[in-house]
Amino acid sequence: MRIYFDHNATTPVAEEVADALARATRDLFGNASSVHAFGQQAKAAMDEARSAVAALLAAEASDVVFTSGGTEADNLAIRGAAEAREAAGRRHLIASAIEHEAVLNTLKAMARRGWRTTLLPVDAGGLVAPDALRGALADDTALVSVMHANNEIGTVQPIAELAALAHERGAIFHTDAVQSAGKIPVDVRALGVDLLSISAHKFYGPKGTGALWIRRGLRLVPQMTGGRHERNRRAGTENVPGLAAMGVAAAHAAAAQAADAARIGALRDRLEAGILARIAGTAVNGVRAPRVPNTTNVSFDRVEAESLLIALDLEGVAVSTGSACSSGALEPSHVLRAMGLSAHRTQNSIRFSLGSGNTEAEVDHVLDLLPRLVDKLRALTGNWERGIRNEELGMRNEE
Amino acid sequence: MRIVVAMSGGVDSSVAAALLADEGHEVVGLSMQLYDQQEGQAGFGTCCSLEDLHDARRVAAAIGIPHYVVNFERQFDEHVVSNFVREYAAGRTPLPCARCNSDLKFATLLERARGLGADRVATGHYARVDHDPGTGRFHLRRGADAARDQSYFLFSLDQAQLAGAAFPVGGLDKPAVRTYARNHRLPVADKPDSQEICFVPDHDYASFVARREPSVRREGRLVDQDGRVLGRHDGVHRFTVGQRKGLGLSAPAPLYVLQVRAADGEVVVGPRAALERTKLTASGVNWIEPEPVGARRVSAQIRHRHPPAPGTVTAAGPGRAQLVFDEPQMAVTPGQAVVFYDGDLVVGGGWID
Repeated sequence: MRIYFDHNATTPVAEEVADALARATRDLFGNASSVHAFGQQAKAAMDEARSAVAALLAAEASDVVFTSGGTEADNLAIRGAAEAREAAGRRHLIASAIEHEAVLNTLKAMARRGWRTTLLPVDAGGLVAPDALRGALADDTALVSVMHANNEIGTVQPIAELAALAHERGAIFHTDAVQSAGKIPVDVRALGVDLLSISAHKFYGPKGTGALWIRRGLRLVPQMTGGRHERNRRAGTENVPGLAAMGVAAAHAAAAQAADAARIGALRDRLEAGILARIAGTAVNGVRAPRVPNTTNVSFDRVEAESLLIALDLEGVAVSTGSACSSGALEPSHVLRAMGLSAHRTQNSIRFSLGSGNTEAEVDHVLDLLPRLVDKLRALTGNWERGIRNEELGMRNEE
Repeated sequence: MRIVVAMSGGVDSSVAAALLADEGHEVVGLSMQLYDQQEGQAGFGTCCSLEDLHDARRVAAAIGIPHYVVNFERQFDEHVVSNFVREYAAGRTPLPCARCNSDLKFATLLERARGLGADRVATGHYARVDHDPGTGRFHLRRGADAARDQSYFLFSLDQAQLAGAAFPVGGLDKPAVRTYARNHRLPVADKPDSQEICFVPDHDYASFVARREPSVRREGRLVDQDGRVLGRHDGVHRFTVGQRKGLGLSAPAPLYVLQVRAADGEVVVGPRAALERTKLTASGVNWIEPEPVGARRVSAQIRHRHPPAPGTVTAAGPGRAQLVFDEPQMAVTPGQAVVFYDGDLVVGGGWID
């Protein structure tokens, strides 16, 4: 029996979504740009999907541009907006220090091309202070990008307030809502943003599909150039089956969001409280509110997260840490570092992210398992290595 | 029982994993990530590159075992790389693979393995370990393939470490290992062996050491055995006992490095005959067989590729030993290991003073 607690990495494709994907793959092969019936059929399916995605965001369908996922949406937003505003002399970009790599590395790429970039610090709870943005905004700021919810710790940023600040200085505001869409209400008007990214495989849709919502009238320089698809905003023959499936996923997410949030939130709270109560030397990273309902990121004193991750996987439980390791990079989580956690503590942290398929029985099973694994790992720590003192870690057991 | 296999992506550790899986063990493949691969190969050597990690993963998938990559950069740097640099700076010639075995593979990795519920770490070493239920002792022996024997690099494993070690290919010869890999369709069956120290690219030890410890680039003198100055050099780290090339000297007869003195930066050179020594002392001695009382007859190797030479070893205080060879041996090199054998049984070994 495998237990999947890594929904922020990706989610299983919902049954109806998989069916829609299979059906569309088989029956809906037409090129949406074709004039004939096959094309019209494909286009109709896309329109339906677009409406569903727009509804999830309380937006208009014609302002939704389909992409290959969240990363492409972020690239289109940042590069597209930066390039569009370059001529007006706006060559400054701002993002938070805890953005996803898709945003951070895109900013780095722009910096290599001569744009000035600023990263906003976050506090110990993982939140951007509006004053930090106020201080960073300049007359030549083209774009500010702050994610709606963080993938590692789940904290939700004060987007509306930040967007308003950006607008006061004539800057555009983009938010990466990849981790919030489907989990909490995402309303582009209430958020007051100009650009918003989402990704289907985070809300039970297929991988390789996503979208960028663009405020009506905002000009972006297209990044995928070629045909006139997506109203000249993103070239490439559309992945109709994938988008159709994404639409089904979006519709489901919108309908289920409130109930799911309550149920999954309760499970997450149960897991989190259980860990803190049963295992000494544990602490939650990041503020507990405002936070998406499914995520808890916990530090385990004197335990290598890497070891706990493997130990859990060998017992059939899937979780994650924040740092990318298997690809060759050995840096500690930039999110936890930005919050001021020591390098040690970043290597002691595990992210549990629940989803609609999880049950109370699964949570209880993990709560029974974890103390045993943690004890075993702690018993061995330091036989060959120098021990790391509690004080150095700054661990406090939170109730 | 659960057993961890240290998978380097090479054919030996791959076959070790496959053999254990075939025998019905619950095998978990772990690959140690020893340095940051992000910047590509710049500055690092041939083993355990991203490619090797991918190979290990593919082999694990082919065998049907879980595979993980564990981050040991800090420990590798602390125990292996730093020691390597320090030794060269001190005029000694290090043996990093032996340190990696005693301080990383059968230390940190063994600890991790136990944390995962495994009782042993298996590697692809050509060596054998067995347990005597009567005495409770573990014995370390040469691998069955004499040409491939790697027991020399395992001399410093203590009883506790040997208890946690397994060498599945130790009883096989290399051709048999490759055949096994091919028969089991392991993706690395024909992959060439890594011939270098894993973290030093292009055998260029001197550059590596100088990059890490720029202070080694200190001018010094090349002198003969009478102290006459024959020339100059630009760093003791470039030299090892027995070295003939790279001295930059011309002489009627070939000259060899006899001694490297880091303290005053002098490198003593002399004729080949002067390289012969009959006695040596060692420290950090590890006795795998019980420490001898009095003298013990052994055959000893002072290099991996040194034909074992008969001699007599005596314990000389805690962690120390003295060895007297029957016949003089060439180029006894401080920093290398001297390993004492009784036939194919590893009696113990230490670091040459």
